[in-house]
Amino acid sequence: MSTSSVFGAPSHPEHEMSAESREADRRAIHKRAISIAVALTPFAFAFGISCADAGLSVWHGVGFSVLVFTGGSQFAAVGVLRDGGAPASAIASALILGLRLLAYGVVMTPHLSGPRWKRALDSQLMIDESVAVGLGAGDPSNVRYGYRWGGLSVFVLWNIATVAGVLVGANAGDLIETLGIDAAIPASFLALVWPRLLDERQRLIALVGAVIAATLIPLAPPGIPILAAGLAAFVGIARARRPDTPKPPSPVLGGP
Amino acid sequence: MNASSKGTVVLIGVAIGIYALKAAAPTVLGGRPLPRLLDELARFAPAALLAALVVTSTLGDGRRIAPDARLGGVIVAALALARKAGFITTVVLAVSTTALLRAVF
Repeated sequence: MSTSSVFGAPSHPEHEMSAESREADRRAIHKRAISIAVALTPFAFAFGISCADAGLSVWHGVGFSVLVFTGGSQFAAVGVLRDGGAPASAIASALILGLRLLAYGVVMTPHLSGPRWKRALDSQLMIDESVAVGLGAGDPSNVRYGYRWGGLSVFVLWNIATVAGVLVGANAGDLIETLGIDAAIPASFLALVWPRLLDERQRLIALVGAVIAATLIPLAPPGIPILAAGLAAFVGIARARRPDTPKPPSPVLGGP
Repeated sequence: MNASSKGTVVLIGVAIGIYALKAAAPTVLGGRPLPRLLDELARFAPAALLAALVVTSTLGDGRRIAPDARLGGVIVAALALARKAGFITTVVLAVSTTALLRAVF
């Protein structure tokens, strides 16, 4: 959703923006942030369902959505738990998936000024969407503004939808399966990975990862197939390091 | 450990680890580029892990491969994404396809 707008951001001239065009930029930021936050609500709802399915309470669901607040890692951790995996596998899967946040931090650091406590607070909003809205803001003076609007809009709706998902998941019983709501979980993962598949190397990595996971499901405890699939990343690393390949593009943004 | 206390342990572990990843550069490291291996893992690991999660949440049932109506829903979701459907449309199509398959078979 965000790839093109981030890397195809309109280039603005160096000089100061007029107050008027700054305001216009900000209105565009509000619109974009809110529409992204609305679009993500089904994922948060599916995450809540996933929590209920794993035997977790609404407090766990909200705890993840407030304290972890990055969709892919939340889903990964609870998905491994739901399958009966060990806590260590659940934590490791979530953190490997979250490594990209470290790279986002490097990109955002120049835009997050002010005292350390403010930067520490801003950091919690670091997700694919906030970085996308921030970097897509146009003028550099609006990057942090876009980042905060993107992050906070998603934060509010993400948490509301998580609570709704856990409550529905805990009380609907057989209805979850009858209505096919359990399919929202794999569909969410698919939608998260989809923007990455536009790149040929990422497609190969995803394919190798999927094959490793499918092979290991009957052979290893839950969680291990997902962690082992992470080894597919080295296929991409080996290809990126081959001297005859062109320089890879910047990290791909996509999904919550 | 029961599901709830396991969930609490995982929640605390993931929350601390993820916050450290988010805040490392803005509060401690600054904007210096990452070491090469870390940068490459950050770029390539998500596709592998997310694809694995698609597979396990579609086909897996504990340690068995047990495809059911969800597979139909996921295939329709893939078709929808290939046709540039939005997130909401994709999830709704996956859910309703799965429900339909379960109602029919």
